Amino acid sequence: MDLKEKLLSSFLVFENQLDDDAYLNDLRNDAIKTFEEKGFPSKKEEAWKYTSLNSILKEDYSIFPKQENSIEFSDVKKYFIHDIDSYKIVFIDGKYSSHLSQTTHDGMDICLMSAAMSKPKYRLVIENYFNKAATKDSLSSLNTAFSSEGAYIHIPKNKMVAKPIQIIHFSTGNESAIMLQPRNLVVVDENSHVQIIERHQSLTDNAVLTNSVTEIFANKRAIVDYYKIQNDTLNASLIDNTFINQQRESVASVHTFSFGGKLVRNNLNFYQKGERIDSTLKGITIIGEKQHVDHNTLVHHIEPNCESHQDYKGIFGENSTGVFNGKIIVNKEAQKTNAFQANNNILISDKATINTKPQLEIFADDVKCSHGCTIGQLDESAMFYMRSRGIPEKEAKALLMYAFSNNVLSSVKIPEIKQRITKIIANKLGVNIGFDL
Amino acid sequence: MSKYTEDDLREELKTKEYEYGFYTDIESDTFPVGLNEDIVRAISLKKGEPEWMTNWRLQAFKSWKEMMEPEWANVSYVKPDFQAISYYSAPNSKPKYDSLDEVDPELLATFAKLGISLDEQKKLSGVAMDVVVDSVSVATTFKKTLGEKGIIFCSISEAIKEHPELVKKYIGSVVPQKDNFYAALNSAVFSDGSFCYIPKGVRCPMELSTYFRINQAGTGQFERTLVIADEGSYVSYLEGCTAPSRDENQLHAAVVELIALDNAEIKYSTVQNWYPGNAEGKGGVYNFVTKRGLCEKNAKISWTQVETGSAITWKYPSCILKGDNSVGEFYSIAVTNNYQQADTGTKMIHLGKNTKSTIISKGISAGRSQNSYRGLVKISPNADNARNFSQCDSLLMGNECGAHTFPYIEAKNKTAKIEHEATTSKIGEDQIFYCNQRGIDTEKAIALIVNGFSKDVLNKLPMEFAVEAQKLLEISLEGSVG
Repeated sequence: MDLKEKLLSSFLVFENQLDDDAYLNDLRNDAIKTFEEKGFPSKKEEAWKYTSLNSILKEDYSIFPKQENSIEFSDVKKYFIHDIDSYKIVFIDGKYSSHLSQTTHDGMDICLMSAAMSKPKYRLVIENYFNKAATKDSLSSLNTAFSSEGAYIHIPKNKMVAKPIQIIHFSTGNESAIMLQPRNLVVVDENSHVQIIERHQSLTDNAVLTNSVTEIFANKRAIVDYYKIQNDTLNASLIDNTFINQQRESVASVHTFSFGGKLVRNNLNFYQKGERIDSTLKGITIIGEKQHVDHNTLVHHIEPNCESHQDYKGIFGENSTGVFNGKIIVNKEAQKTNAFQANNNILISDKATINTKPQLEIFADDVKCSHGCTIGQLDESAMFYMRSRGIPEKEAKALLMYAFSNNVLSSVKIPEIKQRITKIIANKLGVNIGFDL
Repeated sequence: MSKYTEDDLREELKTKEYEYGFYTDIESDTFPVGLNEDIVRAISLKKGEPEWMTNWRLQAFKSWKEMMEPEWANVSYVKPDFQAISYYSAPNSKPKYDSLDEVDPELLATFAKLGISLDEQKKLSGVAMDVVVDSVSVATTFKKTLGEKGIIFCSISEAIKEHPELVKKYIGSVVPQKDNFYAALNSAVFSDGSFCYIPKGVRCPMELSTYFRINQAGTGQFERTLVIADEGSYVSYLEGCTAPSRDENQLHAAVVELIALDNAEIKYSTVQNWYPGNAEGKGGVYNFVTKRGLCEKNAKISWTQVETGSAITWKYPSCILKGDNSVGEFYSIAVTNNYQQADTGTKMIHLGKNTKSTIISKGISAGRSQNSYRGLVKISPNADNARNFSQCDSLLMGNECGAHTFPYIEAKNKTAKIEHEATTSKIGEDQIFYCNQRGIDTEKAIALIVNGFSKDVLNKLPMEFAVEAQKLLEISLEGSVG
């Protein structure tokens, strides 16, 4: 039985266990129908031209974990940004772990999707926001059909969340292969500010496939900073679908740091639904072995006077493959748009591949839109300069690569994340750069 | 003079009728509409082709029947009914003439209207003309001069008869019969086209040019061009076209193959001005063209195009950089107005070591048109030190039109250096103001800016063509080009 059939039949079982009301029930049924029609995307689809899911779909994933697993904080402490105080929403094999988490209902809701979907007091928010930003593509629909758990974050008006929120998904490897479908909903009301860190971590070498959907709503003048740290094991694959709806004057940024995983696909979509919006999409990708990282971004400028900034850096070694597919659409009403996109790549191995497709679709005339894309090597004269001053080759290379990706780090607002990323980069390059930021 | 604004320009663009739209009544012998194996055979027979050619066409037809029309391009149109087209039409004043006096005077008048007098060309510009009116070459000049150098420049049907070894060796070697839907169709039914062979070490002394015209209601034009530059030779080839104005959609599916052997250089320039349809987007030519060049060692192929016409343009002149140190270039200006749609760009396939490619594409969209750049830069694992530079700029006039870029970049070699940049802008008010301030009126200012915007590409055109290109830009963007 292939994965699609397995999912379809599991859905019937899953549906019977739920006591959803009609509203959610209809949503799920529509979604599973969409998935049934479209199936998993294939390379024949333009958006998946360079990424094939075949290699990860053939595993026999268990859809629902058989037992509840627990882990000790001391074992997994290193996966947290532990040196700062933060709210934590932690899941183990898709199930909420209360003893690792720290949630709150004090003036805001930082809690669970399962609670939000079942309790009447969240009903209005669910009806107004749930599945309103996500597109009807097959993978998001699949997630919608199975959505039961994830983070639910609702920040009311005029609230500055003092601590960042960490959302971490662990998989224990108690199943030989597991498929996880977390569903997150983040609603940030007027003038509020929130910082979120998301991470998926497998604790063993068993196969994991995560198909995650995150919907973020940044209302008037809200500020949302979202950091995705992707440094998973080589048997863990991630399909991340993130949809961000921005209202006027809101500021949203998503930083994606991709260092690990077997196959990582980031579908990042920004919809600018008001004036004077600012969107930032940045990413660093440093991979090797047979890893595959695909960034698929969309910024849709719908209203006038908005800005978007995209900056993706990639370093590809060994047999790795990098894909960047960035699309900017400017509607004809969206005059005075300022959209910028840059994608810079370095290939450090003969067997590495980079496919990039920056796309502009522009229907308004008074706009400033540009994209730039480069593929190149480390500057030989810079290397020589450092070598002539006694810096060993490996360190010199690492320094240059670090400098190459530093642009992206400079806009990270939490210093501890910067430090962590710097360490991961140094680790990845196998050197001790010898300085912290 | 009252203030000339961008709005006025837009208004003018909207109402500007196709100036070169006229129709010459020449008796043609035309095949019945429809396409089947018999028609393919009949075309081949009509042209007195040898059996291998007939079989080659039939093979192409066979694969065409199994192919689907491509739908990936960013254009929308009513698909042509391939069974409602007549696949062959030739002016009936045959056979060929030795001098211009014998040419049908109506034909000569047609060229006079276009401002292209054959004898004038012959005397003044030193351009040899292989004039194609509705598919069959009716006059070839300067053949003798070229013949002395060993250069073969004739219609492809003539080449099939007289130089079968060359045609057999190279036809379909760059664009195979099954390459794509329209290339397959062309391979099956191509009516005529040009053939050019430059022998080893010869530098072609003049610019070779062919004027294509669609001239018979309801006939598709299926040109086939084959240019072979043998080792160490050089040729500059010009192609230009204007078409009469009429309401019915016309299909144009040409194939151009260029082969540059070791150390050879081919420069291929196009000015395309097929009928773009009227202001309501009615009529106009469908231009589905496959153009590709193959570069051997140290060879260079340069494509330059000025695209102002056609209702739909679907065209990607490409270079396969097979030999080491080979160079590919692509310079393009695409102007769309009213309801025109253009999806054009290039493919640079780097296979050899130290290969270089440059892409400069300028898109100007006005009215309700859609203008897309679609390009591919591919660096294969063996192409060490490959270098590419791409630049795509778009200029938008008004907010009813669209500009799109779809660049694909695939690199599989760590020594590759690729740069790509794209910008979109409009004519800045400050630019106009600057000019006004210095006593240049708005009309001239827009002309200056558009000219400056396209200069990189216009500069690449041979002298003889630069003037005509300017003229065609004038028609498309009247009032903006001085």
